[in-house]
Amino acid sequence: MDTSWFVVLSAFIFCIGAAGVMTRRSPLVVLLCLELMLNAGNLALIAFSRMLGNQDGQVFALIVMVVAACEVVIGLGIIVAMFRRRLPIDVDEMSELRG
Amino acid sequence: MNVTSYGWLVLAFPLAGTLLIALGWRVLPGRSAGWLGTLSIGLSFVASLAMLKELLAHPEDSRALVGTAFTYLDTAGVVADLSILVDPLSVLMCLVVSGVSFLIHLYSVAYMASDEGYARFFAYLNFFVFSMLLLVLAANFVLLIVGWAFVGAASYLLISFWYRRRTAVEAGIKAFVINVIGDVGLVVGAFLLFDGTGALDYVGVFERAPEVFGENSPQIVTACLMILVGAFAKSAQLPLHTWLPDAMEGPTPVSALIHAATMVTAGVYLIARCHPLFELAPAAADVGAIIGTATLLFAATVALAATDLKRVIAYSTMSQIGYMILGVSVAAYGAGLFHLMTHAFFKALLFMGAGSVIAAMSGQQSLNRMGGFRKAMPFTFVTFTIGALALAAFPLTSGFFSKDEILAFTLHRGSFYVVLAVVGYIAALITAFYSFRMVFRVFLGPTVTQARELEQGQLAHGEHANPATGEEEDTGVGFPGAEHHIAEREWPMKAAMAPLALLAVLAGTVGIPGLTETLEHFLEPTFKESKFHESVPSESAELIGLVVGGLFAIIGIAAAYYYLLRDPMLRLRTRERFKRIHGFLINKWYFDELFDLAIVRPVAACGRFGRSVVESAFVQGVLVGGTVGLVRAGTSFARAIQTGELRAYAALVLMGVGGLVLYFLIVSS
Repeated sequence: MDTSWFVVLSAFIFCIGAAGVMTRRSPLVVLLCLELMLNAGNLALIAFSRMLGNQDGQVFALIVMVVAACEVVIGLGIIVAMFRRRLPIDVDEMSELRG
Repeated sequence: MNVTSYGWLVLAFPLAGTLLIALGWRVLPGRSAGWLGTLSIGLSFVASLAMLKELLAHPEDSRALVGTAFTYLDTAGVVADLSILVDPLSVLMCLVVSGVSFLIHLYSVAYMASDEGYARFFAYLNFFVFSMLLLVLAANFVLLIVGWAFVGAASYLLISFWYRRRTAVEAGIKAFVINVIGDVGLVVGAFLLFDGTGALDYVGVFERAPEVFGENSPQIVTACLMILVGAFAKSAQLPLHTWLPDAMEGPTPVSALIHAATMVTAGVYLIARCHPLFELAPAAADVGAIIGTATLLFAATVALAATDLKRVIAYSTMSQIGYMILGVSVAAYGAGLFHLMTHAFFKALLFMGAGSVIAAMSGQQSLNRMGGFRKAMPFTFVTFTIGALALAAFPLTSGFFSKDEILAFTLHRGSFYVVLAVVGYIAALITAFYSFRMVFRVFLGPTVTQARELEQGQLAHGEHANPATGEEEDTGVGFPGAEHHIAEREWPMKAAMAPLALLAVLAGTVGIPGLTETLEHFLEPTFKESKFHESVPSESAELIGLVVGGLFAIIGIAAAYYYLLRDPMLRLRTRERFKRIHGFLINKWYFDELFDLAIVRPVAACGRFGRSVVESAFVQGVLVGGTVGLVRAGTSFARAIQTGELRAYAALVLMGVGGLVLYFLIVSS
C-alpha cells in the first residue's frame, strides 16, 4: 500500500484533534483531542519508518506514547482536583493566568 | 605575672561581668546582678592595683610596656595589633576609672534597686567600664577608636536607659550624634597621622612624627585639630557641649559615672596621650587652651542661673573639664591629670549626693522646690558639702591643689596665656559661688514639705512623672522604679560616698607643691620627653597662686552666703534688675537656638526640598515613573495576547505551526 494513504489519514485525524482542542470547552474532551493529535503524529512516524525501512520512527512513536501517558496522568489529576473543589469544569472559566 | 597580663585582666573582668549579666539576667535573683557587676569592677580595680605594683618594680626608664594579644588587622599595608600599652598614664587612668566605677556600682546596687531594668542597667554599666578601660589601655589608634566608639554607644544606652521617656531618648540621640562627630574627627586625625608616619601604634607615630612633620606644618596641625574635635565632643567643650546637660536625663549614677568621672575625661586623656604631637603643633595646642578657657568660663556662668540640680553639676563638670583641657594644652600634663583625678572623686561624690536628694524629693530635680534638707539628711549634707568645698577649691581640699596648679602653669607660660589664667581665676570665683549656691539652696533655707516629712521618718512619695516635662509615668520597665532610695537608709550608698568624701579631701596630698609631688613624679616617665618638662613655675609662684585661689574660693563662698541666706530678697531683686543677663544665662547663651538656626533648620530645609522636589518629582516622577511608563507602553501588545483563554492559546500555536509549514512548503517547492 502506498504511504500517502497513511499520511492522509494521519493528517485527517490530526485536524479532527486540533479542531476539537479549539472548539470543545470540556477539559476532558480537550485531553481526548490532544491524544488524537499525538496518535496522528505516531501514525505518520510509523508510516514513514516503514517506507524508509528502518526502526527510528517506531522508537520515536514509543517515546511519544510515554509522553502522552504522562500528560494524561497529570491532566486527569488536575481535572479530578478541580472536580473535588467543585470548580466549573470548563476551560473558558479558567482564565486567571492572563497578563 | 607581668605587667601586661594584669592589664588584660583589668579588661577581662568588666567584659565577663557584662556577658554574665546580659546573658544570665533571667536567673539572677534580686540584687545579685548589681553585686555581680560591682564584684567584676572591684576585681578590675584590684588588677589595676596589681598592675601599678608591677609597674613600680620596673626601672623608671622602662615603664612603658606593650602587650600584644594577636594581630587585629593586617590589610593593604595597614597593620594594627590588638595590643595594650601600660605606662604610668594608662595605669593612673585605669585606677581612677575602675576605682570610681567600683564605688558608683556599689551606690547603684541600692539606688536602682526598685527599677524594673535592674540587670540591664548593670550590664550596660559594666560594658561602659570595659569600653573606657579599653580606651585608656589601647596601644594604637585603631583600638583607641574602637574603645572611643564603644564608650559613645554605652553612653547612648545609659542616657536612654528609661527608654519610654521621650526626653531621655532624645537626649541619648543628641549625645550619640555629637559623639559621632567626634569619632569622625578622631578617625580623620588618625588617618592623617598614618598618612604621614605610616604607623598606627602610639610608639611608632610618636617616634616618627618629629622626623616627618616640621613644627606647625599644615598636616600635623590639621591632624591635631581633628583629634581635638574628637576630644571636644567627648569632653563636652564648646561648641560640641550641648549634649552633656541633656545627658542628665539618664539615671543619676550614670551622670556620676559617665558624665562626671570617666567618659568626659577621655578628651583630656587623649590630649595628654598625644602630647608629642601637640608639642609639634603648638598652634593646635593653643586652640585647645583657648577653647578650654572659653568653656570653663561659659559653663561657670550658666551654672549660676541653672535651676535643675543635676544640670548645675553638669555645667560645673564642663567647666572643670575646661580647666583640665587648658592644663594639658599648656603642657601642664601632670597638673591636668591631677585635676582629672581629684575631679573624678569630688564630682562623683556630688552626683551621688544629688541622687540622694532627688530620691528624697521623689524624683524632683528643681532647686526652686528644694530647701532645708540639712537635718533630714545629715550624711548627704556632710558629704555633699565636702564635695562642694573641693569643687570650690576651698583651701586644703583636693580641688584646691589641682586647680591652682593648672593656673600656675598657665601663668608661667607667659604671653597671652596670662589672659587665660586670669579668666581661669575669675571662673574659680564663680565656681565657688555656684557650688555653694547648690549647698545653700538644697540643705539650708526654708524647709520644704519633703524635708519635714523625712525628719519624721517618712520618705516622700510623689506622683511618678517626668521631672522635665511633668508627663505622667508608670513604674514599669523603661521608666524609673516605684521606690526611692536615699543614702541615710541604704548602707551601700553610704559605703560608696564615704570613701569618696575622704578622697575629695585628702587626694590633694599627692600633689602639694614643694612638699609631696608623688603624682607628678609617678607620671614623669610618660612626659619626660616633653620640651616643657623642665619649665615649671617656681615654688613661690605656685604658693602665691594657691593663696590667691584659696582667697577667691572663700570670697565666692562668702558671697553665696550673703546673697542667698542673709538677704533672700536680694536674689529676686538682682534677678529682676539684670533680667536680660539672667535670661541669657538661663538660655545657656542661646547655644541650642544658635545650632537650631545655623545647622538644624538649613538641614531640615534641604531635607524638605529633597523630599518635595528631588524625591517626588525627579525620582518618583521621572526615574521610576518614566521607566514604568516605557515598559508598560512597550509591552502592551504582549500583554494583550495573554488572555488566559486556553483555546485561544491553542489556536495561536496552530496558526504558528501552520505558518511555519506553509513557509517551508513555499521555500522547498
